[in-house]
Amino acid sequence: MKITDDIVENHGLKKDEFIKIKSLLNREPNLLELGIFSAMWNEHCSYKSSRIHLKNLPTKGNQVIQGPGENAGVIDIGDDDAIVFKIESHNHPSYIEPYQGAATGVGGILRDVFTMGARPIALLNSIHFGSPDHHKTKSLLNGVVSGIGGYGNCIGIPTVGGETKFNSTYNENILVNAMAVGHVKKNKIFYSKARGLNKSVVYVGSKTGRDGIHGASMASAEFDERTEEKKPTVQVGDPFTEKLLLEACLELMKDDSVISIQDMGAAGLTSSSVEMASKGELGMELHLEKIPCREENMSPYEMMLSESQERMLIILEDKKEDQAKKIFEKWDLDFVVIGKTTNTKNLTLKYSNKLVGEIPIEALASNAPLYDRKWIKKKLPEKKINLKALKKVKIEDALFKILSSPNQSNKNWVTEQYDQSVMCDTVQKSGSDAAIIRIHNKNKAIAVTVDSSANYCKAHPSTGGKQIVCESWRNLISVGAKPVAITNCLNFGNPENPEIMGEFVECLEGITEACKFLSYPVVSGNVSLYNGTNKKNIYPTPVIGGVGLIRSADNKINHIIKNEKNIIILIGKTFGHLYQSVFFEEIYSINEGPPPEVNLTNEKNNGEAVLNLLDKNLISSAHDVSSGGLIIALAEMSLASNYGIKIDKPKNLTNLFEYFYGEDQGRYLLEIEKNNLTEVHKILRANNIFNEIVGVTQENYFELSGEFKVNINELYKTNNKWYHNY
Amino acid sequence: MNSSVIVFPGSNCDRDIADALEKHQFKNKMVWHKESELPKSDLIVIPGGFSYGDYLRSGAIAGKSNILKEVVKAADKGCLVLGICNGFQILVETGLLKGALLKNKNLKFLSKDVYVKVVNSKNKFCNKYKENQVLKFNIAHNEGNFFTNPTHLKILEDEGLIAFKYCDSKGNINKENNPNGSLNNIAGIFNENKNILGMMPHPERMVDQIISNHDGVPLFAGLLN
Repeated sequence: MKITDDIVENHGLKKDEFIKIKSLLNREPNLLELGIFSAMWNEHCSYKSSRIHLKNLPTKGNQVIQGPGENAGVIDIGDDDAIVFKIESHNHPSYIEPYQGAATGVGGILRDVFTMGARPIALLNSIHFGSPDHHKTKSLLNGVVSGIGGYGNCIGIPTVGGETKFNSTYNENILVNAMAVGHVKKNKIFYSKARGLNKSVVYVGSKTGRDGIHGASMASAEFDERTEEKKPTVQVGDPFTEKLLLEACLELMKDDSVISIQDMGAAGLTSSSVEMASKGELGMELHLEKIPCREENMSPYEMMLSESQERMLIILEDKKEDQAKKIFEKWDLDFVVIGKTTNTKNLTLKYSNKLVGEIPIEALASNAPLYDRKWIKKKLPEKKINLKALKKVKIEDALFKILSSPNQSNKNWVTEQYDQSVMCDTVQKSGSDAAIIRIHNKNKAIAVTVDSSANYCKAHPSTGGKQIVCESWRNLISVGAKPVAITNCLNFGNPENPEIMGEFVECLEGITEACKFLSYPVVSGNVSLYNGTNKKNIYPTPVIGGVGLIRSADNKINHIIKNEKNIIILIGKTFGHLYQSVFFEEIYSINEGPPPEVNLTNEKNNGEAVLNLLDKNLISSAHDVSSGGLIIALAEMSLASNYGIKIDKPKNLTNLFEYFYGEDQGRYLLEIEKNNLTEVHKILRANNIFNEIVGVTQENYFELSGEFKVNINELYKTNNKWYHNY
Repeated sequence: MNSSVIVFPGSNCDRDIADALEKHQFKNKMVWHKESELPKSDLIVIPGGFSYGDYLRSGAIAGKSNILKEVVKAADKGCLVLGICNGFQILVETGLLKGALLKNKNLKFLSKDVYVKVVNSKNKFCNKYKENQVLKFNIAHNEGNFFTNPTHLKILEDEGLIAFKYCDSKGNINKENNPNGSLNNIAGIFNENKNILGMMPHPERMVDQIISNHDGVPLFAGLLN
């Protein structure tokens, strides 16, 4: 079959890329080989637009065992324990088929974690939908939430946290990012690097079907009016099989029969075999007639490009096949030796002993295209709004409007569809600043959070990038955890557009700067580009997944007010920055101007001071002040508990709206018992931390002196109605 | 006390229940579904999860497994059997308990802490609870909406075969506090001899103060009597 220009284009390859393929092979590829190149060279697998920028991220640290480049990152949490975690996007498939797209997103990220030998202990997600008024939003929300729940609940791993947001920028391209966290003994971590010649290459798990063919290529292109036709490229998940695969793999990993192991994720058998061989600088020979198939007459092309789920590729030590096979048979899973490692450095594909394709591994991996795309720097937007000229609103009316808005409403409708308690180690469920998971049979715990701030990133990418890292750091500190490391999921539009590429580069610069300053390295991540439809790009939406360590689960803290007559203090300075705030957006539909400034020195000092107070048991509850500003954070504390707050008017800032709705960074609210106040002030003074008393807890009422007084039940009703009425 | 936890492909609360049993001094064994003999057991637990992926119907395939035949035999001889969540669904499928568990009334998976009231404490499972005691338990299921025919419902009510009913924090049993649509707010039932208990809430999730509360402890402690 002659490879025509049309065929090349249909494989998502550019003309010059095809020329490069021919020169690497010294001949024309056949269709199978072309398919394999397209699977490995697409944006999703090759990171061709992002690679040169990603290398600047700080990826090392005292506690980092494995940084980016493996199935997931690994951090040391003391003793012989390590935590494995990663976040990944499943945006494109979830828009085409929300239930399966989201479900397989969860399944894929779980395999990344247990491939490394870790038992998954928590799932989180960040999901972004279009405007609630958009005709597709309701069904996408329903489908995605049930898909995430359907997979996690069935496999029995608690879904403990996440964020659900709405913005018209995602009308035609939703975001579904899933994060998985696992626990492993430090000496039992498994990697994907192949080792040794003539070792058996084993296929385990589900059978291969025709689903998901070209999934990774689909995920590397913008949507258009033919999007619906892409449904067959979405994979179908089976959490039941994944549960069996999880248990079988962990059972096999108990001894030392596994040399290396890799999940068949995006680009299926192609990417798993190429990655393993490439890392080990080896070749691999596969006999495709041995692949367990779900459908009849599948061609080598289909087998190599299928993205059927719940499959793994394993390289085994000699003579371990029989023993390993028994384990997979016990769990009713396929186990077939399909090939061996070779010294040819080629991917050699045979079908019934006939050579059907042969490609140098390096041509697919390190020789993949690398682009230094043009990008434009974004100027800091000006502050043009005259606050006095805006229509007057009452402070409490604004509060009620924000608390009942889709983005600030209570998310129980979502989280109650997720089993948060299975495995019996969930110390703190979602709804707090971060979730807390105890290490099984130990007293220590980890805190986990996912965060994003697309509005800030759109307004000024480098500030936005810094801000999310700080927000993640604050959320962990607010539950008593010492932040350790992050994973990131970089969701952006079309990188061929210099403005979008600029958003990517500058967000990454911001992330890099903040991570370096806070010693908060990046250990894993994923890039999702081409998020958009017909040239309309989404807002830049990097999502940060943070993990922190809590030495003793007894020391956990949350934002639930513990008693009346306690003092609420605010750590950090309030300048009253309203641009890009929830207040401007919800009350005036204004979304212009710069995002709030991020001062990394203050951020670090304030965070460390809070941890210090926590260590000394001087804090009853803590809460990060983020979107919505001070009054929303205070209301959230009340909403989480049975207590109200009597809030004082500010002493030094005249405009109440700026003071209460400004989104200045680096701030925390702390509930302090009266008799601890002197000690707290002493420590804060010694460390030069700005703080002020903002109110006192009380029964029943949430009030601002001289302005309004409402029963907390009213507040609760306001905050809880949106999802149930939608 | 010797206990056995039956493990099916897709069980996922097996480790949780085993931990809870061991914490309460049970000598526990895990029993794989393909086995055809039960170890010596005073208590058999069928744990929660998604046995066989809930394919066909929750609990339907597990109900036909090898080991379940042995469980039925043991139950007939008076061995204590506890089915939690998917375990309850399996017990219903085997006929050890009557009735059916339909999809939740809102047709969605539901996971939250709910209140339940102890309806009958005169049995092996609930003897450490007080009658009408209100407990906070976690539920997590898709199909927990208990349904049965009017005759059976009357028998359940009249003969004290209801273990728990969903209620509010004060013990009021009403529609608002029925999370899944179960008839008469039923959360757990016994067989006639009260040696078998099936319940949707998860007592094994309520044995540790740091995680939740201690409301599940009396159930395990009571079984030791």
